[in-house]
Amino acid sequence: MSLAGKSALVTGASRGIGREVALELAKQGANVAVNFAGSEEKANEVVDEIKALGREAFAIKCNVSDSSEVAEMVKATIDHFGSLDILVNNAGITRDNLLMRMKEEEWDDVINTNLKGVFLVTKAVTRQMMKQRKGRIINMASIVGISGNPGQANYVAAKAGVIGLTKTTAKELASRNITVNAIAPGFITTDMTDKLPEDVKAEMLKQIPLARLGEPKDIAKAAAFLASDDAEYITGQTLHIDGGMVM
Amino acid sequence: MAEVLERVTKIVVDRLGVDESQVTLEASFKDDLGADSLDVVELVMELEDEFDMEISDEDAEKIGTVGDAVNYINSKK
Repeated sequence: MSLAGKSALVTGASRGIGREVALELAKQGANVAVNFAGSEEKANEVVDEIKALGREAFAIKCNVSDSSEVAEMVKATIDHFGSLDILVNNAGITRDNLLMRMKEEEWDDVINTNLKGVFLVTKAVTRQMMKQRKGRIINMASIVGISGNPGQANYVAAKAGVIGLTKTTAKELASRNITVNAIAPGFITTDMTDKLPEDVKAEMLKQIPLARLGEPKDIAKAAAFLASDDAEYITGQTLHIDGGMVM
Repeated sequence: MAEVLERVTKIVVDRLGVDESQVTLEASFKDDLGADSLDVVELVMELEDEFDMEISDEDAEKIGTVGDAVNYINSKK
């Protein structure tokens, strides 16, 4: 197990990709703090699954766009595990709308959770990781942050921002042996993509060379690799996991 | 005062790998002791832990020399 004895914090870990990442890190040996914003019941299910694997886990409610809640979450994680080796910034929301119709509130909500949230949680864990002289930060971006996507101006802007933030954080923290990478998932089957209309899905499938949707485990396996010691020479990168959709 | 300087000196020596004789009150972290901006942030973090205090970002920006750090800590005790 490549992550034996490590401790991880995964934001937005009650469902979808975050859930799968939390479980995969635990399978590889890590103890995991399971952050959620709304679905406590789902988060507790993830905690139970991790405990069944023989690892430590606990659920922690936190709105990642609120700096004081973030500080408490990070403190609770370090208090609980005694260290913090891996951060996966995964929490994200969508408020899709055409630019012409997008409300300011829809823009702000998505930027606050998906971009500011990454900044706040990263800032909060940095002190601990700098002291440890080691850390792994993995940010969930999106392939649309590279390609653009109609109807998602807010989401795309946030995800493109996450990629830039990843590169800058990687440069700032490299001297302290902290690596920072982004994963850009393509079309993955989750609650978020289930909501899309069938014709939109059919259209997207045509653009995927591997001609199928991805699974959350495709993302989780890569996240676990980036979190491991084997990935120690990789930093500032954005890994596309999209069936070849964007090259 | 002397005790604070001693503790600050130890942290600076450990963190920046400089000789104790270089750590004078006048010594600038960046210009004389070879610290980069991240080193200074880290030093401030360690001073916070060592002296069990919180140093605001505004105050931290004003700490440029070993003497600044010692005076700041003494003023807050």
